[in-house]
Amino acid sequence: MAIDYLPLLILVIIAIGFGAIAVIGPSLLGPSRQNKQKLEPYESGMIPFADARRRFPIKYYMVAMLFLLFDIEVLFLYPWAVTLRELRWQAFAPMGFFLILLVFGFLYEWKKGALRWED
Amino acid sequence: MQQEWLWSDSLINLFTGLGMPKFLAIGLAYGLGAFILANVGLILTLALIWIMRKVLSRIQDRIGPNRVGRYGLFQTVADAMKLLSKEVIRPAHSDMITYDLAPVFSVFGVIMILAVIPFAPGLIGVDLNIGVLYLVALGSVGIMADLMAGWSSNNKYALLAGFRVVAQLLSYEIPMVLSMLAPVLLLGTMRMGEISAAQGLHVLGLNLGFGWLVFLMPGAFLIFFISALAESEQTPFDLLEAESELISGFHIEYSGMKFAMFFLAQFINTFFLGAIAVTLFLGGWQGPFVDNLPAPFSQILGLIYFNIKTFAVYIAIVWIKGTFPRIRVDQMMSFAWKVLVPLVLSLILWEMIALKLPGGAVIQYGAVLVGNLVVIGVVLNILGNHFKREQVRSKRAFEPKTLIGTMRPAPTAETAAAGD
Repeated sequence: MAIDYLPLLILVIIAIGFGAIAVIGPSLLGPSRQNKQKLEPYESGMIPFADARRRFPIKYYMVAMLFLLFDIEVLFLYPWAVTLRELRWQAFAPMGFFLILLVFGFLYEWKKGALRWED
Repeated sequence: MQQEWLWSDSLINLFTGLGMPKFLAIGLAYGLGAFILANVGLILTLALIWIMRKVLSRIQDRIGPNRVGRYGLFQTVADAMKLLSKEVIRPAHSDMITYDLAPVFSVFGVIMILAVIPFAPGLIGVDLNIGVLYLVALGSVGIMADLMAGWSSNNKYALLAGFRVVAQLLSYEIPMVLSMLAPVLLLGTMRMGEISAAQGLHVLGLNLGFGWLVFLMPGAFLIFFISALAESEQTPFDLLEAESELISGFHIEYSGMKFAMFFLAQFINTFFLGAIAVTLFLGGWQGPFVDNLPAPFSQILGLIYFNIKTFAVYIAIVWIKGTFPRIRVDQMMSFAWKVLVPLVLSLILWEMIALKLPGGAVIQYGAVLVGNLVVIGVVLNILGNHFKREQVRSKRAFEPKTLIGTMRPAPTAETAAAGD
């Protein structure tokens, strides 16, 4: 079984190696004549002001949390889905209950206005 | 199926036949396979970019690249050479390590997808028993790379694009992942190779290869395709790079080879989301007589079928890119959460119940089909209503009468004095 993952490991090494070469290589090959203006962040020709790193608005956190919720659900769902055909009702019912619970949670969130994008 | 042919087995046999020890042969075979696979991805990009530029320019009544090589075939090679020799610029106050790591992660995320795509019978990097789940996991790597690029660049446009990455890619990940669950539920396997192999149609011992899952679950396919469009950041979902709003989004501060890596990742991602769609729903390498031939020919035929289908999906994506306008952020969000997620959730719930119905395959599959047709109807109805509304609005905006009606009256002495 573990030998199945050997090609993956080799592919990981090749992918990261390619990335590393492509990032490091040009700094050895290309010219380097830098000045202050060249290194300024691009703001359509305006003179940049202030730091660009601001706090994320709260609505993006809401989306990320919703995503986490659903992604974990999917993680539970996949192994269960593979064995769906052989499952008896005793194993089928809990997942159905879990999904319905999730749907009601989702509906609650919808009604609460967490999915409203425009303020 | 005839005897199971697997590329790695035949390579290992070849190397041990040459007198190599077993472990060396295995290592060399897998290493060679992985190397060829990674290169397929990188070289394919050159073709993909050329196809997109040619098709888009034909749609826009232009000729497109036609100077470098015949039909401009080597234009992308020339571009890549230029990007390779560019000066390395890191913007001031950027987060250096994150800034340099982002393109690496971006490319890493898409090259790893290659490992589980079945190109032909037995021609698959690794037929992982968790193949589909592996793809779900890899989907998040690309999102992380885009977010890293947006945050570390110290650029306001890039940061705004980083916000949108969270909003768009995370939102559309949910319907995509849930619609990928539909074939897994039906076939009871997460192996990509088995999913492809299950979509044949055997008549009198011949494989006609038309048992594609899209005929049984068109609704899941439609939802997967729409979310894949959003995941690959193509129009109408190209809000992340929206040239007219964010200049070019999260990779605005990247130049030279690092920019090329984001570009490459986006194109391979588009192509391989198409390949995943082909594998899960359009029958993968299945086609007429694909596994009725002796070993090498059946693989070649499968490869041809797979490429025809995948390039067809890719050209469809390019066609959509050339045709549709970009949608607004709030439209994008509400379409994901208020249309696709409820629909795909109810589809999965319905399919779960349908597959447990008593009365054999006909009733079960019939129930699945009915559920999918309902989903298709709802999605097309919502999209149709949207386009009709937009049409009415744009027509109203260009009617001469309303134009005159909305014109401001000439300034009188009073309004001019008030400064209007």
